[in-house]
Amino acid sequence: MISQEYPKMYLYRRIIQAKLFIDTHYADNIDLNIIADEAYFSKFHFIKQFKNVYQKTPHQYLIFVRVEKAMDLLNAGIPVSEVCYAVGFESLSSFSGLFKRVVGLTPSAYLLKQQKLKAKMASAPLTFIPGCFAEKNGWTKK
Amino acid sequence: MISKMTHTSVLVINQESACDFYTNKLGFKVITDVPMGADGRWLTVGPPDQPGLEIVLSPVAKSMYSKETADTLSELVKNGTFGVAVFTCENIFATYEEMKAKGVEFTKAPKKEFYGTEAIFKDDSGNWFSLAQLN
Repeated sequence: MISQEYPKMYLYRRIIQAKLFIDTHYADNIDLNIIADEAYFSKFHFIKQFKNVYQKTPHQYLIFVRVEKAMDLLNAGIPVSEVCYAVGFESLSSFSGLFKRVVGLTPSAYLLKQQKLKAKMASAPLTFIPGCFAEKNGWTKK
Repeated sequence: MISKMTHTSVLVINQESACDFYTNKLGFKVITDVPMGADGRWLTVGPPDQPGLEIVLSPVAKSMYSKETADTLSELVKNGTFGVAVFTCENIFATYEEMKAKGVEFTKAPKKEFYGTEAIFKDDSGNWFSLAQLN
């Protein structure tokens, strides 16, 4: 019923397949041709359709995913040099430059900020929790 | 005068599993994750484009409720009693297809309504949500 109402559904499925491919293989050395092949599109048509759905080109989306994953790993306390290669960058300088452009901080500064935040969460957890929730959970008595 | 909402709570059966669902299937970000002793954890998530809103993943079977209340709540949540929220997106058909590909269960496929196009999905606990692309 839904495919009769919205005949473009097959198109979405192919774009989403490509998006999920990026989500899974972001750390690999993938290029646009591989991603376009994954969606059975010509490169030009693929970029256009992908941007229509996700408001980013596939390359912009790949960079976005790599930076997001880098932030997750830095949040977990993984050293910058390990994070760089784990998310698919080939050099520390390109990783640092791109990360700073997107996040506004270098990876090292971001890691330090997250470590300070975690330390504060450990030492003063109730400053992160609305009082009513803390009280209902019995956490203010401890 | 009330100006905005910062926190809202969703009752979940298993906090760890809910965290996986909301982050990996819905694409939300963990906003606050604070361990609160042996059996407590303050865990909030939120949609990536709405950083000021924290959704508290609140486990039913914790000290906040008596066992009887927790059991009743668990049943109600699992049975899909609670409709929790409306989430909006730019492209409901793409979002619907992507969520389905990730294993999210929909009880209603996208359908044009008066106010926009709407689908309904369930989280891993049983709570249901509207996914909408507004007119």
